[in-house]
Amino acid sequence: MPVTTIGDTQVHVDTEGFLTDYGEWDDGLARQLAATIGIELTDAHWKAIRFLREDYASQGETATLRRVATLAGVSVKELFTLFPGKPAKKMAYVAGLPKPKGCV
Amino acid sequence: MKRLLVLGGGTAGTMVVNKLRRRLDRAEWQITVVDQNDTHLYQPGFLFVPFGGYQPAELVKPRQRFIPAGVGLVLGEIDRVDADAGTVLLTDGRQLGYDYLVIATGVTPRPDQTPGMLGPQWRKSIFDFYSLDGATALARALQDFDSGRLVVHIVDMPIKCPVASLEFAFLAEAYFRRRSMRDRVEIAYVTPLGGAFTKPVASAQLGSMLDERKIALETDFMVERIDDETKTLVSYDEREVPFDLLVTVPLNMGADYLARSGLGDELNFVPVDKHTLLSRAHDNIFAIGDASNIPTSKAGSVAHFSVDVFARNFCQHVAGRPMTGSFDGHANCFIESGDGKGLLIDFNYDTEPLTGAYPVPVVGPFGLLRENARNHWGKLAFRWMYWHLLLPARPIPLPAHMSMAGKHRPDTQEE
Repeated sequence: MPVTTIGDTQVHVDTEGFLTDYGEWDDGLARQLAATIGIELTDAHWKAIRFLREDYASQGETATLRRVATLAGVSVKELFTLFPGKPAKKMAYVAGLPKPKGCV
Repeated sequence: MKRLLVLGGGTAGTMVVNKLRRRLDRAEWQITVVDQNDTHLYQPGFLFVPFGGYQPAELVKPRQRFIPAGVGLVLGEIDRVDADAGTVLLTDGRQLGYDYLVIATGVTPRPDQTPGMLGPQWRKSIFDFYSLDGATALARALQDFDSGRLVVHIVDMPIKCPVASLEFAFLAEAYFRRRSMRDRVEIAYVTPLGGAFTKPVASAQLGSMLDERKIALETDFMVERIDDETKTLVSYDEREVPFDLLVTVPLNMGADYLARSGLGDELNFVPVDKHTLLSRAHDNIFAIGDASNIPTSKAGSVAHFSVDVFARNFCQHVAGRPMTGSFDGHANCFIESGDGKGLLIDFNYDTEPLTGAYPVPVVGPFGLLRENARNHWGKLAFRWMYWHLLLPARPIPLPAHMSMAGKHRPDTQEE
């Protein structure tokens, strides 16, 4: 696994830059990851990110947009505003989780 | 007397009772299946109906015919499961008790979940082909379609038979060519995925097949609503795709009784262990076939391969022994590509669909991710196998676990 430096922290990432070690993430890192993709985190962002982190811990998989909308109460429309373009990927990236698997 | 109750007498449920009736002692085990009707549909055949390939009546048989002697069939609609009490309540008030429950009620296309889909254009210029009446109505619409823009669309993943929408696009393209009207029709394929398919090797191959056929590909498209006045798909990020004829795959959801019973996730899929199919919440409930949340295709082949592993595991589990079988997510699907040809893909949780050859005694090998006529005939022959071998759970010479034999590993590929 490649190692990269975000701010002044060294973290393990996959070939696309998603963190591979759940434990290496913290709030400060999230802010820096978000900054690299041009996002400044607000409370609304954090609501989605906190849900994603907790859900991953219990489910072992990165939640889909629909799951975040249903269980965290942040609508899909809002997720597209908060994380423009590709919200599922961007949320996972900032939350330090694997890229969501498109089911086959 | 122990009671096994199977909810759903479709592909998975029927295979389960056929396998388990042979394995479980009749003096000790009562087995009952519940379904809402006595009509078993051959769903893989729906794809061909819009193009006149099958008449609807060829795809329908009574469920009862595939339920073995010694298994009861109860017809009724499920209201809810009380997992703590071990009972299933039907909407007509009947109550069925169980010691072990197998949930096999699959998934259903839900056009009601996308605003504007069930409006005045439904079955006029908006169709699905995942229901027999939808596929039949679409056959008439295609016959009347003279020129314009056909959009083939997926609302969200996962969907059952995830290649069927691509197959539909390929078959439609060939159909218009055959009728000498291809130059009057524009075709677009609109998907929430980042490419034509989920995994890189198959996505590249299937993407270039769309390209060769001049089918435009619109990716990462999450539909928010359908504007039925302007006949336009509108995405959450405000892209618009206009259509004259829309063939959509509505959101696929598990049965609503699972939500009412607290047994489903946000799409009413039952969370299970992906290797044993045992419910994560209840030690006497399994979910099999499309109804569970396992991360592989929702497809009859998956149901078939997983039933092989499940039946042995079930017998160990009820005897209080650890389950030794581990399902690997094995799926294989024929993909129709038009003009009497097809492809085959074969994959599991860990191995994406690869190129190569799929060895089968006598009739094989089939070409993986490669178009040829043998794959097409394999797909058509499958209907006979489905009724006569698959549902009765007779031996089929395909191993339950995926094999790497014949497959090209991506790093060793010459292409």
